[in-house]
Amino acid sequence: MSMHGMRGLSVFISEIRNCQNKEQERLRIDKELGNVRNRFKNEKGLTPYEKKKYVWKMLYIYMLGYDVDFGHMEAVSLISAPKYPEKQVGYIVTSCLLNENHDFLRLAINTVRNDIIGRNETFQCLALTMVGNIGGREFAESLAPDVQKLLLSSSCRPLVRKKAALCLLRLYRKNPDIVNVDGWADRMAQLLDERDLGVLTSSMSLLVALASNNHEVYWSCLPKCVKILERLARNQDVPQEYTYYGIPSPWLQVKTMRALQYFPTIEDPNTRRTLFEVLQRILMGTDVVKNVNKNNASHAVLFEALALVMHLDAEKEMMSQCVALLGKFIAVREPNIRYLGLENMTRMLMVTDVQEIIKRHQAQIITSLKDPDVSIRRRALDLLYGMCDVTNAKDIVEELLQYLSSADFTMREELSLKAAILAEKFAPDLSWYVDVILQLIDKAGDFISDDIWFRVVQFVTNNDDLQPYAAAKVKEYLDKSAVHETMVKVSAYILGEYSHLLARRPGCSPKEIFSLLHEKLPTVSTTTIPILLSAYAKILMHTQPPDQELQSQIWSIFNKYESCIDAEIQQRAVEYLALCQRGAALMDILAEMPKFPERKSSLIKRTEYSEGDTAEQSAIKLRAQQQTSNALVVTDQHPANGATSPVPVGQLSLVKVPSMITTENDTSTDHPLSQQNGALSNVDPQPPSADLLSDILGPLAIEGPPGATVQSEHNAVSGLEGGSDAADGSAIVPVDEQTNTVQPIGNIAERFHALCLKDSGVLYEDPYIQIGIKAEWRGHHGRLVLFLGNKNTAPLVSVQAIILPPAHLKVELSLVPDTIPPRAQVQCPLEVVNLRPSRDMAVLDFSYKFGTNMVNVKLRLPATLNKFLQPIQVPAEEFFSQWRSLSGPPLKLQEVIRGIRPMPLPEMANLLNSFRIMNCPGLDPNPNNLVASTTFYSESRPAMLCLVRIETDPADRTQLRMTLASGDPTLTFELKEFIKEQLISIPTAPRSPAPPAAQPTPQIPPNDPAAILAGLLS
Amino acid sequence: MANAFDSTLLFMQSLHHKGHSLYEIQVIRELSGLILTRGPKLCNFVDWRGLRVVYKRYASLYFCMCIDQDDNELEILEIIHHYVEVLDRYFGSVCELDLIYNFHKAYFILDELLLAGELQESSKKTVARLVAGQDSLVETAKEQASAISNIIAHATKKVMNPLAIAF
Repeated sequence: MSMHGMRGLSVFISEIRNCQNKEQERLRIDKELGNVRNRFKNEKGLTPYEKKKYVWKMLYIYMLGYDVDFGHMEAVSLISAPKYPEKQVGYIVTSCLLNENHDFLRLAINTVRNDIIGRNETFQCLALTMVGNIGGREFAESLAPDVQKLLLSSSCRPLVRKKAALCLLRLYRKNPDIVNVDGWADRMAQLLDERDLGVLTSSMSLLVALASNNHEVYWSCLPKCVKILERLARNQDVPQEYTYYGIPSPWLQVKTMRALQYFPTIEDPNTRRTLFEVLQRILMGTDVVKNVNKNNASHAVLFEALALVMHLDAEKEMMSQCVALLGKFIAVREPNIRYLGLENMTRMLMVTDVQEIIKRHQAQIITSLKDPDVSIRRRALDLLYGMCDVTNAKDIVEELLQYLSSADFTMREELSLKAAILAEKFAPDLSWYVDVILQLIDKAGDFISDDIWFRVVQFVTNNDDLQPYAAAKVKEYLDKSAVHETMVKVSAYILGEYSHLLARRPGCSPKEIFSLLHEKLPTVSTTTIPILLSAYAKILMHTQPPDQELQSQIWSIFNKYESCIDAEIQQRAVEYLALCQRGAALMDILAEMPKFPERKSSLIKRTEYSEGDTAEQSAIKLRAQQQTSNALVVTDQHPANGATSPVPVGQLSLVKVPSMITTENDTSTDHPLSQQNGALSNVDPQPPSADLLSDILGPLAIEGPPGATVQSEHNAVSGLEGGSDAADGSAIVPVDEQTNTVQPIGNIAERFHALCLKDSGVLYEDPYIQIGIKAEWRGHHGRLVLFLGNKNTAPLVSVQAIILPPAHLKVELSLVPDTIPPRAQVQCPLEVVNLRPSRDMAVLDFSYKFGTNMVNVKLRLPATLNKFLQPIQVPAEEFFSQWRSLSGPPLKLQEVIRGIRPMPLPEMANLLNSFRIMNCPGLDPNPNNLVASTTFYSESRPAMLCLVRIETDPADRTQLRMTLASGDPTLTFELKEFIKEQLISIPTAPRSPAPPAAQPTPQIPPNDPAAILAGLLS
Repeated sequence: MANAFDSTLLFMQSLHHKGHSLYEIQVIRELSGLILTRGPKLCNFVDWRGLRVVYKRYASLYFCMCIDQDDNELEILEIIHHYVEVLDRYFGSVCELDLIYNFHKAYFILDELLLAGELQESSKKTVARLVAGQDSLVETAKEQASAISNIIAHATKKVMNPLAIAF
């Protein structure tokens, strides 16, 4: 074979390879670079051959990892050479050496464009390849339209068109704002008819990119994708050269299934059925074979099929099948399959409700945590993290803790962070949470970030029951000989605050606690000493009656640190000493820390995904956003009473302001002094500076609590400044119970409409609770589950849920518990039976109390008329005979409806399909008409066939005539009204804030209670 | 995306997939550190800076591709093998030295296989045909050039620097 080699280049490569060491190599390279630089200086004397040779040498040197900062011009100039060999080198070296922002690229744009629009297809290919590999902004601006033309041109051969497709893809991905793809939907659909599989593969990649940004436009591609997949999966008409180890282009199969995952659902039942047949075939027909490559290829297809099945929310049976397959995979020898099994189980968790089945594999997954391969261990950790919930949190977290001691260092930080988050999210009780965090600190102190111990302090502060337990626990750890510094910090803080609660236990006298802490002081760094000093001051304050010996001991420590070189330590020592000597003031200022406001865990924030900069959104991520996860989402919380803006600590920490979540005053019984700390100014006529106090109360740099009201904060401050008595007590008056000051998160009406179309999602959410819903409908029966999730670290109490059913529904709600524990989710099943057709809606009257807030909401339940429909395809003869037999009112009703939201006919058909009213194409010869059918299920009658005909006016899309027929006059009327409501209001477009279903339509009787209610709710 | 590591780094390609384009030498060094330390019986995937690296070893050569975390790993793994098979067919039982001395060939072939980080052609036959076409174009140009230079050489009887005169 002719290599048309270059002797000079080969010799140079040999010389480099013969270098004995790196130094020799560098010398040889420097010499060559000098040589090339010289030759380039006198460019006129260079033959094209020489120029080519030197440019190759440059690329080789660059590949070895050396900087090549010259000669770019020469490489770019080769692009404009008239002959293929030079041009080829120019294009390739340019695309390797120059990045998209390089100035020289601008010089080449004209040549590149001429090559693209020229007639020479080999030049076209070179140019498209370079543009596709670089993909810069200026290329996109000046070349995208030409590339688009090439892709569509019928005169171009496949070799050019496949490059054009991918070149366009690259330009679009990097510059979605510049590349105009409006009106591309039809062309994209055309491209999918392509016979050449190379072009089709490239086009499919392009579709993936386009659909990922805006799938709605590309819906006409969907059936074509299914056809392509079917053809490949059945190996029909696939040329031999496009099979890979006997598998018809696995890559195209994967791509096609990837594209399908960008469409939220498949409405057309025929397409859906075909697709599921193909998927079923892939799931069941993939065997493990000896040949590695065949195995990989077939499993690539299989895993993509799994992803698609998950995406489509297949029947429960198929889902279980998928989990079973994955369960098999995570136990096989082949490491790649094991890895992917774990990975896909994690993905499955994100998008569907199969947790229970996955839990059966928990033991195997835990085994994978000890796999020799760190990649697999990571996947196992991710999966355990994802599958954890209230029921298995204890087991999983304990496994993670156990594994922590043997885990490699690269994983420990992640591991401990995940364990901490799980412990926080799913703690069955808070003492367990404290245990876990303390064990984490004990076992992996170096990997525990401050966030983790700040958080445990917040929990302990906010839960009175927990305080003595936590204090006793940290004391146990301090009794050990070697203690991590983080443990000293958290112990000092907790013992300072709460050790007095232990005072009666043996070994827990103030003196003993003090000396236990003080033993650690010589071992800790300067950042921990201030916390110890604060603890001493607090211990001293809590020692009642005062202990002179302890006092002098502690004072002498303060004395010693008064001259400390570290400013923070010095300031504390000076201030505490001064405070101690003032006597009574100490008590108030060092009173117990107030409760922290509820806030999002910074740990959980840290793990949240940050979006990349690519134009493309991954299918999984998009999907995850649409779905409700079962895990609670902890969001930012604002106190309901208006003090939402963070107030500088210095001002507000002067007094102990009752925070939102403390209504009980039981803390005061333990140490009555703290009760009076609102009246600071009375006790001390010359209050110390605000700065000093903030230092005491905010030693952890955790924000102080928000004021209960802005008002009280003012009082507190003015009370301090003026010494006025007016401030007295005002700040500690408990906030009155308030009702419905809590703002829902998200639009309730939009959530309801989304749920009318799908069977699971969030019904309601506010800062404290999230109500999810999951429904299964069978005939006239519906089984719904309400998921009530408490998002906080304090319980929700007085929980009440009452269903207000309309006359046509029988609804039974199982018992709803009165209290939802912190961070817990309660499931309440709900049975619905449909008695007869009606558009009235069931309403859930839900209330709960959180702190002083009484919240009451009335929510429509998505047990709407369409849920009791089953799509059915009626053959033409039967349709017409039925249609004729239902001859007129009241069984057949006709109405001209105006004020329709204009939409193309296919979209309207889709809309009907989404309500389970199935479009029957081909029955009506008029292309402007639409015929559909469905069956309605109720307890009182057998399934009723309903027939719909919609005649649209192409000249005026805002009006249409609808005819509806069924064997039941009420059903005919109700269904007609239902469809009308959907066509007039815009339930499928979530961005429209328009009032939903209850838009006034003349047919609704004015005193219809459901309509009035719906109007009130929206 | 071929990377080869001997005792020294021999071969690199810009890693481009989706929006990312990483040319940095640093990247290659970091990746080689990550991959070379992995034992032989482990899986072919490894997480790296929020991305995922799919790699495969052929004798002393490592090929790797960088992908997003939710791409299909096995598909990518087989793209690598597909590339190696095409190289094998072109060079006739390819070895490391073939790729070192003909690194430009490896680029040409890769450009027919992948573009914008996506598979462009899955037929080995088609790729082979296209690369052979390019080779013959280069050959033809070379023959033309030497034919012209011969004529000139004959005409001038001075064969000092025929190519320089020809152009």
